[in-house]
Amino acid sequence: MSATATTIAHEVPPKSGLRAFVHKLRSGDEIAHLITLVFAASILLITSLLVIELWKTSHLSRAKFGWMFFWTRTWDPIFDNFGAAPFIYGTLVTSAIALVIAVPLGLAAAIFLSELAPRKISDGISFLIDLLAAVPSVIYGLLGIFIVVPLMRTTVGPAIKSVLGFTPLFSGPNYGVGFLTAGIVLAIMVVPFIISVSREVLLTVPREQREAAMALGATRWESTWQAVVPWARTGILGSVFLALARALGETMAVTMVIGNDPKITASLFAPGYTIASVIANEFTEATGDLYLSALIELGLVLFLMTFILNGLARILIVATERGGGRPA
Amino acid sequence: MSRARLFWRKAVNNVMLTLTGVAALGVVSVLFLILGYLIWNGGASLNLNFFTQLPKPVGETGGGMANAIVGSLKLLFLAAIMGLPVGLMAGVYLAEFGGKTFSFVIRYTTDLLNGVPSIVIGIFAYSLVVLPVKHFSTLAGGVALAVMVIPITVRSTEEFLRAVPGNMREAAMALGASKWKTIATVVLPAASGGILTGMLLSLARVAGETAPLLFTAFSNRFWSQGWEQPIASLPVMIYTYAIAPYDDWHRQAWAAGLVLLGLVLVSNLGARFILARTKAV
Repeated sequence: MSATATTIAHEVPPKSGLRAFVHKLRSGDEIAHLITLVFAASILLITSLLVIELWKTSHLSRAKFGWMFFWTRTWDPIFDNFGAAPFIYGTLVTSAIALVIAVPLGLAAAIFLSELAPRKISDGISFLIDLLAAVPSVIYGLLGIFIVVPLMRTTVGPAIKSVLGFTPLFSGPNYGVGFLTAGIVLAIMVVPFIISVSREVLLTVPREQREAAMALGATRWESTWQAVVPWARTGILGSVFLALARALGETMAVTMVIGNDPKITASLFAPGYTIASVIANEFTEATGDLYLSALIELGLVLFLMTFILNGLARILIVATERGGGRPA
Repeated sequence: MSRARLFWRKAVNNVMLTLTGVAALGVVSVLFLILGYLIWNGGASLNLNFFTQLPKPVGETGGGMANAIVGSLKLLFLAAIMGLPVGLMAGVYLAEFGGKTFSFVIRYTTDLLNGVPSIVIGIFAYSLVVLPVKHFSTLAGGVALAVMVIPITVRSTEEFLRAVPGNMREAAMALGASKWKTIATVVLPAASGGILTGMLLSLARVAGETAPLLFTAFSNRFWSQGWEQPIASLPVMIYTYAIAPYDDWHRQAWAAGLVLLGLVLVSNLGARFILARTKAV
């Protein structure tokens, strides 16, 4: 055993050709390379398999409804007539509400953590925010059902209504469940992602950028808002896209507070439905192949939406961290 | 005029800077609100029965979620044995062997797979494992979770392998070790703390996933034998109990929520602890 090991070690390595390859094989490098390569390639395989499976199993629905699937407002399992419009609407509206709340909040917190707070406090708070991001979505749903929904019904909803009730956005009865409640819960869920990515991006802004603005007599806020944030704006936009992708695909918390009613209503107090929640609610009850196929096509739509957004987000974040988004 | 303007600018400065602080504190306080509510509502209904008994039939109070706790552990075990090796090996490839273009493609795909909504992963596992055999199974749930574990493990493994200084590799190779021997005996052990942390974090993340389990592992009110039957899990139980119209079920949903959050937070803290200790060495 040890004898063979010594002979191999003392052998003069052949220069080229098949023998060189065999020698490398014997030392294990090529084998290790090949094995790890197979595992790496399996990720490509899994992802393409995912797309193929979604495409294949949604065939029935795609063949029957075609592009009309996106415009049809009925969702009728009894007569096998399916349209995605109410779900796409619900998904977009809840995500929009989430961003309207989460972007200013997240950006402000990220500015505090990167520009104002001493490094130790900033790291401590960032750690707590990472923990917040780790809270499972079903827990947000649990708190949503038992804390946020009653609060919306009795306190927050009526307060908003008394001020803005004349606009169509806040008209109609307030049940506690609905677009607005789902949007608020989503905002709380995506804010940690905006904060942690924006903070990272803001920290990469060169020191000179701040010093130059201050030397010109800018206040701390002016230097931050006019010199630092514009530099990092591409990366911040990337963090917003990431948050949007999360919000679009978020399932459990939304399902538990949105009211699950496939309708398109202007009022944000009205119950609605999202793509992810209808899949979660009806998948196991889907009788009939067309019903199941329509649900899977909804999954395909959701997949494509998040796929595009995530792709864009990565490009933006990498672009800022490499070169900095020079103010135009 | 200019004095008024200066005053105004200073006022804006102070107000805006205060608001950023308020925003940061507001977001952090949500974590404590969540913890507080769960301890308050869940702590009261948590007892020994919760960990040792099966769920009672509808209408009877009491009972526990012993089967869901074991179920979650079984699903995590499957996710770990299927997902972690793939993630580890792919991470090694990216950090140690990868060329330029192919690595970029793999990295990009990994990030995209990481961003796929968990409910879509559920559909994937359904059509891959459930449809051919026509019944929900523990295995299907494990596959769904494994697909989510892979991308997280790949990126953290790669990151920690890259952090190993190049001169350690050179020292090993100068002593005559081949590349794979260097990786296996020098680089991997040096990065093991970080890699372990990444693995633990990825398992902690999928431990709380509900959506991909709804139509793969499904649920079960009894013990699930082997890997072929539907199985209960803590997140799915929380969901079904929270939306049910029974007060006793709500009570148990809070208790399960507390246990699940405790599990997730403790493994997160544990992971950071391992990381901090490895860095100190």
